[in-house]
Parts: sequence; structure tokens; C-alpha cells
Amino acid sequence: MSPLLDVRQLSKSFRGLKAVTGASFEVPVGGLTALIGPNGAGKTTIFNMVAGVYAADSGEIRFCGNPIGGLRADQVCAAGIGRTFQIVKPFAGLSVIDNVMVGALLREKGVPAAKRHAAGIVEKLGLGAKRDLPAASLTLPDRKRLEVARALATRPRLLLLDEVMAGLRPTECDQMVELFRELNRRDGLTILLIEHVMRAVMALAKEIVVLHHGEIIARGSPEQVVRDPAVLECYLGEEAEV
Amino acid sequence: MNRRAAILLTVLTAGLVALPGFADAYVLSVATLILYLAYTGQAWNVMMGFAGQLSLGHSLYVGVGAYVAAGLFFHLGIGPWAGLWLSIAACIAFGAAIGFLAFRFGISGVYFALLTIAFAEFTRIGFDHLGWTGGPGGLFIKVAQRDQIDLANFRGPPEMYYYAILALTAGAFALCAWLLGSRAGYYWQAIRENEEAAQALGINTFRWKMLAVVLSSAMTAVSGVFFAFYYNNLFPEQIFNISRSIEIILGPIIGGVGTLFGPILGAAVLTILADTITEVLAALGWEFPGVKQVFYGVVLLAVIMFLPNGIWPTLARKLGISK
Repeated sequence: MSPLLDVRQLSKSFRGLKAVTGASFEVPVGGLTALIGPNGAGKTTIFNMVAGVYAADSGEIRFCGNPIGGLRADQVCAAGIGRTFQIVKPFAGLSVIDNVMVGALLREKGVPAAKRHAAGIVEKLGLGAKRDLPAASLTLPDRKRLEVARALATRPRLLLLDEVMAGLRPTECDQMVELFRELNRRDGLTILLIEHVMRAVMALAKEIVVLHHGEIIARGSPEQVVRDPAVLECYLGEEAEV
Repeated sequence: MNRRAAILLTVLTAGLVALPGFADAYVLSVATLILYLAYTGQAWNVMMGFAGQLSLGHSLYVGVGAYVAAGLFFHLGIGPWAGLWLSIAACIAFGAAIGFLAFRFGISGVYFALLTIAFAEFTRIGFDHLGWTGGPGGLFIKVAQRDQIDLANFRGPPEMYYYAILALTAGAFALCAWLLGSRAGYYWQAIRENEEAAQALGINTFRWKMLAVVLSSAMTAVSGVFFAFYYNNLFPEQIFNISRSIEIILGPIIGGVGTLFGPILGAAVLTILADTITEVLAALGWEFPGVKQVFYGVVLLAVIMFLPNGIWPTLARKLGISK
């Protein structure tokens, strides 16, 4: 079976600064892949190229076998890729439920149906008690949940998560991990996540891709990657000893 | 919309329908002006309040709408009911051109606002040199026979104009209420709040922003046609003037941008207060040219300082009405 997401020789530079150089990896159907690496390694740049925020300088991105390289962000979403933003972008003036409903409208016929669909997702993310509050009043962890809820509402086949665990308390982090594991296992949702919280990565990921200076330096199972000397040197350091 | 809002709306509508029965000519003219500003403000609100696209050149659509219908009537005897559609078409063409240029090339925020001013300004200059509409000398329609109603040519007594603009304001209110609860309304608000996030949720932001601009310009075209046939004279220097654009947007800003009642409330508050001040000063024998503009500035300042979301959101909370 061909992979759900296939990234081939992807490169991108910003005014001469090479952000990503020849990155290749794939995420299988039903996969749960983590993209890790130091700050500035190019993780979010890869995300933004996959999500259609900007075009790659060279290389190819295929989703379900189809090239999606030239598509706009909304077309990528319509194709079945949902994303969250590292720096959260809530619709501050809208209520929590309306935020999620805007995402749900992509696949639902009308407002009432979208609202029903959104209500279920809001509950699932533990935002039920806050559904009618304006998003502006949410705390950062709740805003992260809202990001996830909104992306899920578009019924994606592939979910891109950009540091959704950052700022969460360990227990909240574990809840989130549990949620994604369930979405992956039960609903067959494929997930690609950028994450610094190794606790979450180790608990969640089936495969880890390590990025350093825009290049992929290691790939493999969590157990393999944390023992890789190159990874230890550039990124994990002593943390892996824990 | 809850029960209290429905009651308020019913009382307001009943009062406005009954108004010509007991109001004198002066009050009726003030009420007509308020409704004209409320309707036009509502049209502007679709673009800025709902979709977050700031237009500071809405006098463009009033002017083009007015000139097209008045010119056709004056030269060719084409009545406003037919001319209206051409006015709308012309304004949509202008709106679509501005929208396309801005959204295709990523012009947003202040720069978008500047673009709308630029279009209004060069259209004003264009009409100054357009002989067909009288150039800077103006275009005049024969003043209406006040005692007979000629619906076909939209000529008649002040009551007729009052009811026409009342119907337009009510229609715009209903349309906007429906839009806000529809897919378009939610998409516009999402774009207004965060365009990048909206696009990431599969919203074709270009298309929906275009829709907002086109709809807003089409609605404003109608107020232009009303303006032409109510006031009977058009001068490019006046109708396209940026002060007219400011006047249009003051109502919604003071009443509450993005709300349904805001444009109506704002237009009423501004017009009544400004007229009262002018009257009081006149009664005292003082005359200051431009006192109205100074007053607008003071009110705007006060609202921005104390009620940055406008009067309506605060008032609605006090009345127990959801905005």
C-alpha cells in the first residue's frame, strides 16, 4: 500500500537561508509519526509546505498518491489534511462551539448539522463546559485543545499537530496523548506531529523522524532513535538517559 | 435572537411604521436621513463588520449608484426601477475590481482601506470631467410633485421616500440577520478573526471576501439610487467626498461594528444629537460652520475611549439581548 503522505526531496530556503534540504519521509496509512529536532531545524517549515502555506523550492509532496505541492492551504484542507498552529490562532471573537463549527462546515451541509458535529468534538476535547464562551477567554492549554478540535472538525485523514503539548501539565499531556492514540487506533486517523515534549513523543509515536539543520539525520522506531548517537549529540542529549 | 430582541424589533418597527402619522415634515426628514444612514451603514457593515475588510471609500458606491440611475432617468427617461439594476451592476463591477486587485495581490488592512479611498477619489475626479452627467456643475432631476405618488418613477411626497427607505432598512436588517447565521456569515467572521486559520480550515478566503465586497457594493448602490431620487441633485464634489464615506461608517462604528442593531442605533444617535446641537446653537443665535463635524469627532472619541465595541453591545447586555 502506498503511503498516505509521501514527502520526496523537499527543499526550501528563505532569502538564502536553507530551512529544509532534501527531506524525504513518508507517513503510512494509520501511521503516527513524530517530527522532532532542535529549534530552527525546519520542522514547521515542512509542515507549512505540506499544508500549502508556501510552496517548496524543489521536491514533491504526495497525499493519497496525488501531488499536492501547488495547492493552496484551503485546498489542502479540503483534500483531507487538517492542521493546528504552533502559535495558536483562535477566532477570538467567536464562541468555542462556533470556532469548531467553522471547521465542521467544510464537510457538513448546513449550519445545524455542522453545529451538531462540532458539539461532539468539543465534548471529546474536554471543552464542553466552555462551549459558549468566547475563544478569547480561554487559557493557553484550552486554546491548544481548540486548535485540535477545529482541525478535527474538518474530518481530516491526516492530522498535522504542531506542538500541541507545549505548555500542558503532565496530566493534561497524558490526556491529550490518550486522545490521539484513540483517534489513531479507533478512527484510523493518521497523525504527523511536531513535538518537543519527549514524554508525549515516546508514548505516542510509532515512528520518529529527526531533523537537524534542515536535514533528516535519523528515522526509525522510538527505541532506535533515542539510541542513535547522532540524535543524542544534536538534540536529545542527556534527556534520553532519563 | 431571543424574545427580548424580537419584542424590541416589533416595537421599533411598529413605531417607525406609525411615525408619519404624527411627525411633522422636519421630524420626517430627520427620520429619513437616519434610515438612509442606517441602511448604508448596514451595507458597509457586511464588508467590515462581518468580513473584516475596511472600506473607507463607500461613497464610491453611493455615487456610482446614484449617477447611473439619475443619468439614465435624466437623459433617457429610464425609470429608477430599471436603472436600479444597472446601478447595482456598475457598483458590483467597481467592488469586484477593488476586491480582485486587493485580494489577488494580498493587499490588506490599512492598505486595503487606502485602495478604497483611491477608487472613490479617482471616480470623483472622473465624474468631474464627465459631460454626460453634468461634470462639476451637477446633475438635477426634476423635483417631485409632492401631492401625487408616481411609484413608477419614484416621485412623490416625503412619506413615500420615508417608507421606501424604511422598507430597505428592514430588508437589509433581515438579510444581514440571515447572513450572520448562515455559512457565509460564519466564514466571514472566521476570516475577520484570523484569515490564516480560516484558510487552514478549508475556506477559500479569496472567494468569500469577494462575495462580501460584491454584496456590500450592491447594497450600497441601492442607497445611491435612493439618494438621487430623494435629494434630486448630484455633485461629484459632494457625493464622492471622503467625508461622505466617513459619515457612512460613523453610525456602525458608534453603534457597534459587526452587530445587526449597531448601524441603526449609531445612525440615530449621531443624527439626532448632531441636529439637536445645530438647532440649539441656532436658537442661541450662534453659528459655527463645521460644528457637526467637530461634534462627530467628539462622539467618536468618546465611544472609542469608553465603549470600544460601540454602544449596542453594552446596551444589549443591559437589556438582556444577545447581540
